[in-house]
Amino acid sequence: MEIFNHNANFNFLGLRRFSIGLAVLLMLGSIGLILGKGFNYGQDFTGGIVVGVAYENPIDSADVRAALAKGGLEDALVQAVGGTRELSVRLQGKDDAGAAGMSGDEAAGKVANDVVAALKAARPDVRMTSRSFVGPQVGEELRSDGIYAVIFVIVGIMGYLWIRFEKRFALAALATEVHDVLVTLGIFALTQREFDLTVLASVLAVVGYSINDKVVVFDRVRELFRSSRNASPEEVLNKSINSTLSRTIITSLFTGITMAALYFIGGPVVHGFAITMLIGILVGTLSSIFVASPILLWLGVSKKDLMPVAKDEGELARRP
Amino acid sequence: MTDFPRWKYALVVLVLLFGIVYALPNIFPPQSAVQISANRGATVDEALKTKVAGLLQQSNTPVSAIEIDATGSRLLARFPDADAQSRAGDQLRQALGDQYNVALNLASTVPSWLRAINANSMPLGLDLQGGVRFLMEVDQNAVIDTQETRYSDDIRSLLRDKNVPFDSVNRNPRGQGVGIILRSDADRQAAATLLGTEYPDLQINDGATTGDRFVLNATVKPAKLRELAQSTIRQNVTTLRNRVNALGVSEPIIQQQGESQIIVELAGVQDTAEAKKLIGAVATLQYRAGLYSPEQAMEAARSGSVPPDAKLYFGREGRPYLLAKKPIVTGDELIDATSGRDQQNGTPNVSVTLNSSGARKMAEFTNANVGKPMAVLYVTRVNEVKMVDGKEVKVPKTTEEVINYANISSPFSNKFQTNGLPSDSEARDLALLLRGGSLAAPVDIVAESVIGPSLGADNIKKGFNAVMIGLGLVLLAAAIYYKLFGLVADVALFFNLVILVAVMSLIGVTLTMPGIAGIVLTLGMAIDANVLICERIREELRNGSSPLAAIRTGYDKAWATILDANVTHLLAALGLMTMGSGPIKGFGVTLFIGILTSMFTSVTVTHAITALIHGGRKLKTLSV
Repeated sequence: MEIFNHNANFNFLGLRRFSIGLAVLLMLGSIGLILGKGFNYGQDFTGGIVVGVAYENPIDSADVRAALAKGGLEDALVQAVGGTRELSVRLQGKDDAGAAGMSGDEAAGKVANDVVAALKAARPDVRMTSRSFVGPQVGEELRSDGIYAVIFVIVGIMGYLWIRFEKRFALAALATEVHDVLVTLGIFALTQREFDLTVLASVLAVVGYSINDKVVVFDRVRELFRSSRNASPEEVLNKSINSTLSRTIITSLFTGITMAALYFIGGPVVHGFAITMLIGILVGTLSSIFVASPILLWLGVSKKDLMPVAKDEGELARRP
Repeated sequence: MTDFPRWKYALVVLVLLFGIVYALPNIFPPQSAVQISANRGATVDEALKTKVAGLLQQSNTPVSAIEIDATGSRLLARFPDADAQSRAGDQLRQALGDQYNVALNLASTVPSWLRAINANSMPLGLDLQGGVRFLMEVDQNAVIDTQETRYSDDIRSLLRDKNVPFDSVNRNPRGQGVGIILRSDADRQAAATLLGTEYPDLQINDGATTGDRFVLNATVKPAKLRELAQSTIRQNVTTLRNRVNALGVSEPIIQQQGESQIIVELAGVQDTAEAKKLIGAVATLQYRAGLYSPEQAMEAARSGSVPPDAKLYFGREGRPYLLAKKPIVTGDELIDATSGRDQQNGTPNVSVTLNSSGARKMAEFTNANVGKPMAVLYVTRVNEVKMVDGKEVKVPKTTEEVINYANISSPFSNKFQTNGLPSDSEARDLALLLRGGSLAAPVDIVAESVIGPSLGADNIKKGFNAVMIGLGLVLLAAAIYYKLFGLVADVALFFNLVILVAVMSLIGVTLTMPGIAGIVLTLGMAIDANVLICERIREELRNGSSPLAAIRTGYDKAWATILDANVTHLLAALGLMTMGSGPIKGFGVTLFIGILTSMFTSVTVTHAITALIHGGRKLKTLSV
């Protein structure tokens, strides 16, 4: 079975003004959203208390909010997690007047009890399934750890590409990588989905996935440059994209399938992870096709940069 | 056949066998059990086994098996369900009392021949089995405080001993060391030389000179502080391990994270309050000389005028005491503490053993002070959060309480009893806290979470389903799109899961929900290598290669790409692994192992199968 015409020779590079323009717009838009709206940081980063509750029978989160307000817990953030029976209630220790003057973890215990009591008063068929408390300083450390990890990964990958390929490839990969991460994050800022530790981890996984995609195209670019006699860089790049197109899309589909399975079946704990991966796979695939190669072209990649110089000279020298 | 050497077939077979054997333990679900281990004095033997069996029969609790483990130190009672387990746990804890630790755990049902070759199932993370998790942080300020206070005392007595005249030795603001004020520049020189040789861990600097005040500043070197913080963490981890063992939790996870944090994970525990009482409280004993008479102490408490050489403390029932300002011995010089009853009057007590430096100081003091009073000061430290200008500020609250005030009946050194504790349980608690050793610096709980057991069971079910359905869908898609080559890739992908699980089990990676997400992602991405290979083979066929040549060049050319793509991907996984925090690390580790195993299965294993199917045959087409 084949979905893609293997003789396709679509002129992707011809679209480069448009595609790069769009990519730049998306990046600027994402930066605007991230700076303007910011992230809806999860408990991992902001600290605070999350109480997970489960009901015997379906319930509306508005009712839960009302029950909490009645119990004196006004600013609680109530979210349904996986279905209509389980919810998470997120709040800060200071939202509960009764917990004033207690240490963080003591307050967490008190708040959790108050939440369950308030909910029980409204509907007795509720029970607590989990509870967690994160101190404010923990989140800060995690955030800086996360930023270091992202920088470490991007620099490491760049270094590898610089050595294995050539500096233009490393720079093109870096630029596309930044694009992918920014757009993925931009979508999070736009939709205000909760940004927690698993989402941060999946952003790193997106970096890994998307670089994988680019390397496959770059590998073909290198191969074609070396084997072709006098094709222009534009022709080589177009041919590389076209001949890897089928692989690029099929792999994305296959990985997408597993992530969709994780999203629909894996439960609320991995929702954020799966959705980030799905967004990242989409963005990464598109940028592999439309963004990475034009940048390579603009950086002026050419055949002579890619010939395995040292090896050939050595071989020539040995010949009589 | 020619392009696939025989030794590679052998390797593939060996690795697949290894994968199957070491992944196998995971299909044996763990069983609810209660683990009983003996405290000091008590033994685990047949008599205990009979007693436990009798107790369970009495209460009609269904039990599947009772056995003593190979080491002979633990008794394990297995139950058909979690309900029976928790009932039995409560009952046994009450009946067996203080002499035994009764802990709920999940007992392995892996056959012994598998365990003999070190094949065990993956331990489950808290999110998959329920439990309590604490993140604790060592208070670095307290480390500095202790050091600076200690040095100011030491410096003072050193200068006095060596007859260097000085005005004062006092602590500067926290972190800025000790300020010594001397009377002349010559004295300052002398003091600097003296301190430099005596305390190599101090950095000595001249301070500002005003009139006849010659200031010398001694700060603790940063390297020394770092070293102290590190050893504090190590000491705390050990202490916590002892305390948690006493709490009766099987297989607790207690590990250092980063510079100053400790993670404590207690599977199966639901009551945080009970756990925290032991983990979070920082209690130390201080032995101090009692000064003045009870009447004088009363008078001091009433008037508020305390003699300059004493400090006023109160007992549990509010009685005032005047004690010496400096402790004789502190908790960190304490080696062991056991609770019991006083042989003479039968009141609860704690027997204490001191280390050599503590013993020396104690002997010195008690020799000179027979018949005089000595007090035990019980110091607990809890952190309280207060609101200051609308901001949460953590204020450490120290409670100091005199728990014992008695005359020294005879000189003693390393072993003695602390009497006068109000109840057996108080004595037991105190002994427990002290036995773990005294903490050199207090730890605070900065994060905690409780996961209910039902949520854990739910997660594991969902995680398993996600892996299976994700795998199933990819298998199906690959088979449809790449036909025979797709099926070959499917076999490899399945083995990838098996080997991944085997490696994770062998190195003992704790399985968590993010870890499961990592497995699913690995499966989705492992197929990429096969997509690359299949697409290459198709291309080669289109370019007019013969089927066998197409396979050969397809694998060769795809390999270079797969290698580059995977190395960059491994770097990303490495980034995730270094991100420290527990659950994310689990994800990174899974991804890292998964990339490595997938390189083997997707390339070597599929190549072996392909060579086996197509080798030595005359082919016109390939089913790809």
